[in-house]
Amino acid sequence: MSASLAAPLVTASYIGATILFIMSLGGLSHPESSRRGNLYGMIGMAIAVLATIFGPSVTAAGIPWIIGAMAVGGSIGFYAARTVQMTQMPELVALMHSLVGLAAMLVGFTSYIDPAASTGFSGTEKIIHEVEIYIGIFIGAITFSGSIIAFGKLSGKIGGKPLLLPARHWINLLGLLVVLWFGREFLRAESIDAGMTPLMVMTAVALLFGIHMVMAIGGADMPVVVSMLNSYSGWAAAATGFMLSNDLLIVIGALVGSSGAILSYIMCRAMNRHFVSVIAGGFGTSGGTVAAAGSQPAGEVVPISATETAELLRDAKNVIIVPGYGMAVAQAQHTVFEITRHLREKGINVRFGIHPVAGRMPGHMNVLLAEAKVPYDIVMEMDEINGDFPGTDVTMVIGANDIVNPAAQDDPSSPIAGMPVLEVWKSRISIVMKRSMASGYAGVDNPLFYKDNNRMLFGDAKKMLDEVLMALKV
Amino acid sequence: MPQVIGVPRETASGEKRVATVPEVVEKLIKLGFSVSVESGAGDAANFSDDTYRAAGATVVDNAAALWSGSDIVFKVRGPSAEEVALMREGGALVSFIWPAQNPDLMRQLAARRVTILAMDSLPRMLSRAQKMDALTSMAGVTGYRAVIEAAHAFGRFLTGQITAAGKVPPAKFFIAGAGVAGLAAIGTAVGMGAIVRANDTRAEVADQVVSMGGEFVKVDYEEEGSGGGGYAKVMSEGFQKAQREMYAKQAREVDIIITTALIPGKPAPKLITAEMVQSMKPGSVIVDLAAEQGGNCELTEPGKLVVKHGVTIVGYTDLPSRLAKQSSTLYATNLFRLAEELCKTKDGVINVNMEDDAIRGLTVIKDGTVSWPPPAPKVAAAPAGAPAKPMAAPPAAHGHGSQGAPMSGGKLAAMFFAGAILFWFIGANAPAAFLAHFTVFILACFVGYMVVWNVTPALHTPLMSVTNAISSIIAIGALVQISPPMDDAATRPGGWILGMAVAALVLTAVNMFGGFAVTQRMLAMFRR
Repeated sequence: MSASLAAPLVTASYIGATILFIMSLGGLSHPESSRRGNLYGMIGMAIAVLATIFGPSVTAAGIPWIIGAMAVGGSIGFYAARTVQMTQMPELVALMHSLVGLAAMLVGFTSYIDPAASTGFSGTEKIIHEVEIYIGIFIGAITFSGSIIAFGKLSGKIGGKPLLLPARHWINLLGLLVVLWFGREFLRAESIDAGMTPLMVMTAVALLFGIHMVMAIGGADMPVVVSMLNSYSGWAAAATGFMLSNDLLIVIGALVGSSGAILSYIMCRAMNRHFVSVIAGGFGTSGGTVAAAGSQPAGEVVPISATETAELLRDAKNVIIVPGYGMAVAQAQHTVFEITRHLREKGINVRFGIHPVAGRMPGHMNVLLAEAKVPYDIVMEMDEINGDFPGTDVTMVIGANDIVNPAAQDDPSSPIAGMPVLEVWKSRISIVMKRSMASGYAGVDNPLFYKDNNRMLFGDAKKMLDEVLMALKV
Repeated sequence: MPQVIGVPRETASGEKRVATVPEVVEKLIKLGFSVSVESGAGDAANFSDDTYRAAGATVVDNAAALWSGSDIVFKVRGPSAEEVALMREGGALVSFIWPAQNPDLMRQLAARRVTILAMDSLPRMLSRAQKMDALTSMAGVTGYRAVIEAAHAFGRFLTGQITAAGKVPPAKFFIAGAGVAGLAAIGTAVGMGAIVRANDTRAEVADQVVSMGGEFVKVDYEEEGSGGGGYAKVMSEGFQKAQREMYAKQAREVDIIITTALIPGKPAPKLITAEMVQSMKPGSVIVDLAAEQGGNCELTEPGKLVVKHGVTIVGYTDLPSRLAKQSSTLYATNLFRLAEELCKTKDGVINVNMEDDAIRGLTVIKDGTVSWPPPAPKVAAAPAGAPAKPMAAPPAAHGHGSQGAPMSGGKLAAMFFAGAILFWFIGANAPAAFLAHFTVFILACFVGYMVVWNVTPALHTPLMSVTNAISSIIAIGALVQISPPMDDAATRPGGWILGMAVAALVLTAVNMFGGFAVTQRMLAMFRR
């Protein structure tokens, strides 16, 4: 029955699958083509899996197991995908990364204890194979534990504040040395049983390393962490590919890995932070660079009511809405859309300005707005819309803080100096919706609140927006 | 014991405004005050005694009873001699006073041992004083009304139209002075469809003019005209000549001129000469908002509407009063904001805190002692001109696609060198089979790099979930381990391997199906 496909045919199928995966990523360049892109991905995955099952590496005895495992996992996956709230996407993605990491670990261990996998290797080849196993398990373990912690932080099960152990950099360095030392022991091991101990120790260290790394990172840096873990899960797959001498895994792993790396880079640049300093963690709590007392913004904030907000919006010609994590927390995107629709029906030009790191993962705000049926052609990137603020009558900032902080441009001593921000203060009036006067994740006071043309609408974003909508409809 | 705020009927002839409105009465009562209103005080502004009663105010029959029963009196115009006589010793009065122009009134008031807060003396440069700035709110009303008066006197539509009965050109406005009144006039005229030009000696208001939909006309001469306190100063002779030429040109071209030029403590500058009026088209209109200070136009007659050389010149000095309901509401709100500042404890007792810059500026007489003019407020020392330039220039624009600045040549060379060493090391030591895989790996990294830069930032979340889904390709690793074809099955710990491989397969299947499904769900939401 099985083994009906010859090895060359399997390879040919893999090439086809690779092309489909690349086209899948390519499709995401535009929302129009993205749905087709996703379809390519599914077809590619189906081809790859079927070709492997019917290829020479799998005998008939395994088929029932495979079907059973796929059915169980598949139904869990479907269930999760259907029930997840769009505001919980970061958590889901983090959780899924952890699965990839765990799977990579398991495959690595299996590959090590399976003599069939290493038959025919000797000398340098054997060493390389074992190094590949070692690295594969290492990356897999970091991805697994790091993603679990990221999931905990994103879902609020673990506090968002960075946990900073004393001498944490030395702890990391020590961990790395331990991993290297046991790597040497592992390669010297005569038998599989002897090699097991160093492998286990390394895995434990890697797991702790992953936990420690993500624990030390503050809430505002989560977009970087999520995309970094995305990258790791790719490298884990690539390492597995080397381990099994499977080019398909290597290619896909490299694709995913570089995708995650680029995303991390984009996120870091959007925060004007260096990748290393994000990973080193502890932003916004060390307090070493808090602005001097002299540069504290002085003045008074002007509160505004929901009714007055509605009046300002009604009288405006151009409105820009800047959403932030607060909108996601309050689940206010549907109300935002209702307001948008109402204003657009009155001929008011409403657009959205999205900062790259708004929310807890790259593109988070776009997904939420899309969920609420906001048409994507009025949702603009920061660079597209920053020049338009001077001609805007009203800018509404919903639950965002650091990404609209003028201190990033005006105050070189500010911790966020140089970070690109949305220049909302250039519009005629800006309205900031916020629960209180607390500062953002970066722990920096925001001079925007004290500007003459800024108004504060205090309260829960959802509740206040509902009131604004009601006042608009009167 | 809460203090009583008294609101008398305005006695100046033609004054239709009132110092508080029923809506604000409620708010004042919430602050803890009692409010009494003289009967008929709001009649001219369409607020009846009954509406005041309904809001919780006491209505008092005559002025004498009101003045004697009030701790604080809210008024619009400064008090007349009779009203000064009615004032209670130790009481307080809030109204417009203009202390510089009315030294006699100041003397009389000081003799009564009262506290006087002059709404015209508010330090306007304090940003938190803006909510109390009655001059600004009245100027806004004035600017609006000026356009209405002009439209009323003008014989044509303001907006351009093409009708079956022929084409109507839009009216052209020229607004001299873009202060609050000028800007309000620009906004109103633009809203009514006219073409609006404006000029001001302060260069920084050009942006504001443009933001209101007007066109800024420059005087062809270099001089900065900001005189502190938000007002303009007197300009040099050369500038004035250039300015006159510009005005003469505008007068020939436009249909309606609204002038708002005022210099504090000086008569209004004569911007529009008799010859300019003569050069205007018949039927044109001039609205002179500086009429009370002598007028910006030589032919203005304060308080009157006159027609000279076929041009209607409106010199009304009571424009806010002509929109009594609106201006009363705004003024009442300004006074309420002041009451909030005076009564931070919300117990209905005012505290005239002379440490507070805003209150210090407003208070021209404190318990019979003249405290005007106030010492220069500290903020006046701050640069009032152009805002400080951003110190850190924002990084160069970067869209998706060709991202980031190119690396410096040296750095690039160093990276190439390091890469070359690494590849040489690998090439010299690794077996051929590994090298083949390594080649594929490096190429795939580059393909990924190229492809992912093209992903639109809006789709970054779907990108992550789809890459997550395809990274479950790791399932293949588990698949080949479950039941590989065996040469010698004896030494293989089959149970362990099967268990772990099946577990890995379950995990990756969750990812595979879940990842693609959730991506599909997300992408389906992106719509135009």
